[in-house]
Amino acid sequence: MSTHVLSLLVEDKPGLLTRVAGLFARRGFNIESLAVGHTEIAGLSRITVVVDVEDLPLEQVTKQLNKLINVIKIVELDPAQSVQREHLLIKVRVDNATRSQVLEAVNLFRARVVDVSTDALVIEVTGDSGKTNALLKVLEPYGIKEIAQSGLLAIGRGGKSITERVLKS
Amino acid sequence: MTTESTPVPSPAPVPPGAPVELTGAEAVVRSLEMLGITDVFGLPGGAILPVYDPLLDSRKLRHILVRHEQGAGHAAEGYASSSGRLGVAIATSGPGATNLVTAIADAHMDSVPILAITGQVFSNLMGTDAFQEADIVGITMPITKHSFLVKRAEEIPATIAAAYHIATTGRPGPVLVDITKDAQQATFQFRWPPKVELPGYRPITKAHGKQVAAAAQLLAEAKRPVLYVGGGVIRARASEELLALAEATRAPVVTTLMARGAFPDSHEQHLGMPGMHGTVPAVLALQEADLLVALGARFDDRVTGRSALFAPNAKVVHVDIDPAEISKIRTADVPIVGDLKDVLVDLLAGYRDATAAGKPDLEEWWATLDGLRSEFPLGFTKPSDGLLAPQHVIQRIGELTGPEGVYAAGVGQHQMWAAQFIKYERPNSWLNSGGAGTMGYAVPAAMGAKVAEPDRVVWAIDGDGCFQMTNQELATCTLNDIPIKVAIINNSSLGMVRQWQTLFYDGRYSNTDLNTGHDTARIPDFVALAEAYGALGIRVTKEEEVDAAITLALETNDRPVVIDFVVSADAMVWPMVPQGVSNSYIQYARDHSPAFSEED
Repeated sequence: MSTHVLSLLVEDKPGLLTRVAGLFARRGFNIESLAVGHTEIAGLSRITVVVDVEDLPLEQVTKQLNKLINVIKIVELDPAQSVQREHLLIKVRVDNATRSQVLEAVNLFRARVVDVSTDALVIEVTGDSGKTNALLKVLEPYGIKEIAQSGLLAIGRGGKSITERVLKS
Repeated sequence: MTTESTPVPSPAPVPPGAPVELTGAEAVVRSLEMLGITDVFGLPGGAILPVYDPLLDSRKLRHILVRHEQGAGHAAEGYASSSGRLGVAIATSGPGATNLVTAIADAHMDSVPILAITGQVFSNLMGTDAFQEADIVGITMPITKHSFLVKRAEEIPATIAAAYHIATTGRPGPVLVDITKDAQQATFQFRWPPKVELPGYRPITKAHGKQVAAAAQLLAEAKRPVLYVGGGVIRARASEELLALAEATRAPVVTTLMARGAFPDSHEQHLGMPGMHGTVPAVLALQEADLLVALGARFDDRVTGRSALFAPNAKVVHVDIDPAEISKIRTADVPIVGDLKDVLVDLLAGYRDATAAGKPDLEEWWATLDGLRSEFPLGFTKPSDGLLAPQHVIQRIGELTGPEGVYAAGVGQHQMWAAQFIKYERPNSWLNSGGAGTMGYAVPAAMGAKVAEPDRVVWAIDGDGCFQMTNQELATCTLNDIPIKVAIINNSSLGMVRQWQTLFYDGRYSNTDLNTGHDTARIPDFVALAEAYGALGIRVTKEEEVDAAITLALETNDRPVVIDFVVSADAMVWPMVPQGVSNSYIQYARDHSPAFSEED
């Protein structure tokens, strides 16, 4: 299996997410992460899906997604040609002995502390999966109490836009 | 006898673009009229009541009141499949809508253009588990080409126009429009034509020239080509173009269950139907081919057998309007996305270019295939119990009715025999539930076909099991002057299941006896049931009565006819490829396989 990042440009219609998610489930594909939001064009949303699948079945799922009437465009984003970020909130157990060590790790990873209490810190970190996983690994020995993670966001490098040429014809 | 009211004149047609104040319900009716729809099948209920009121006044729309919404759905399918026109079914919310689900799923599998219009509870009650509320848009998402929920009257014309466009273009399929009751009741300024915006829907129709040339080159080089014809040829109305290509290439043709009639059975290049119950020449031609030209076919498991072992030495040219079908099961060497009606013309031109210096020699290939044809013709043996041979009955129906008739089958043994023993000469003459395998399809589908094509003889070739699932539509047929003919191939059992129990479960007949046939309690008595519905009921038990009964049925057009053909329960469908093995293991009859050694 290999991980693929798909970016879907979709019409913002009720039930759209059900159609997309249902298609993945029905055809036997597992969604690893999902992020949905508006685009710069009113009425259009963007779904970023990370899916663990071989190339050939990926082609099939892409074709099936393209058949959904509300899906306007699908691109696969190559990690080398795109910027990929995910956002994590991590609650870590700390005490007087460990607090400074955790804060040092936060600085090294260019993460931020967004909440402080006597026995815990909430840390915010943004980065690609490699960076966020590395931070989690460093924090794990101190005791991770809770994680909230966003879906992966991705955008192509360079001047081109996914919405280009979509609405002209 | 009719359930329809006396029509009153429809209001004058709306000039294009000029607004007129209508309720949402009136807009539903008006939009259907403007789209040229003439017949709809349905059954009213609370949430669709507003639409039924203006329907009473429409002069252009004939509404046929069914007895069960599933009947409306299959009738819409039969209407569409026999004529190529959009079929329309209307139902109320909740159970009315869910009763359409089987027919919608069926249309989805077989690419039948139908429009399902359902009422939905008031929009302010949605999500509250209101009376007769069901999330039909959610329920049907996986089995429709698209579905719409309409909560505002203003959206009705554009939504119905969009649904019509989606259902009938590209790869056809079912579209559902769910309309809340408040949207039906509200008034708004109706304009026609509405603006339809579908930025995400652009079916590809014109194929890539290079791919067509590559396909033509393969055809020009192939020693053992086969044109593997699927239902897409019928949906694309491309039978003539297929005939031209076939005759120019002299390639053998097989027509799948969905494609029966796409190429004339009488044509010398036609090897018959491939697949689990295909002819030996058709099955082995595919298996031994060096080139498959798949035309609107989707490599269904019932055609390929074990797909990894299917046609092991063949290159594949795959033409389909749906890109997702190409390389789904079998990787295509040359993928062509496009409308078959155009692609076949381009392919023929490409083939002529590629063979300008000379055509490939197919003599050896034809010698092999002709040998298989003469050694393994379709046939059957007389049952040893002295009862009627079902194959004979079905063959005689086809011969006495002729190729201009329409034949709708249920699902099971009788369906396979009807596919095998009736000779189809034209597209849209054979209707069946191929992908979904929906028992109960035949009677309502035949009803829909007879409404679409009133001048044709329409037969439902049904089983005793299937018939008991949807025979209530005989009431609809009798009352609305829709004189279909039903042939019940009554073997007193769920015959195909019984056949598998005979072959694979040591003859342990678990729950397949229906007690409708010879030497049983005959519950129900199909002749009495037919008479109760106002149809002519005939029972046939002897071979010498078969022709007379069919002739009487053909002569009776003032009411439906039901013939109870009491046939042997032991007759089996042959040839057969057992499930999950290579097609090379085809059996011509029980324990009788052609001597066939796989090369390479």
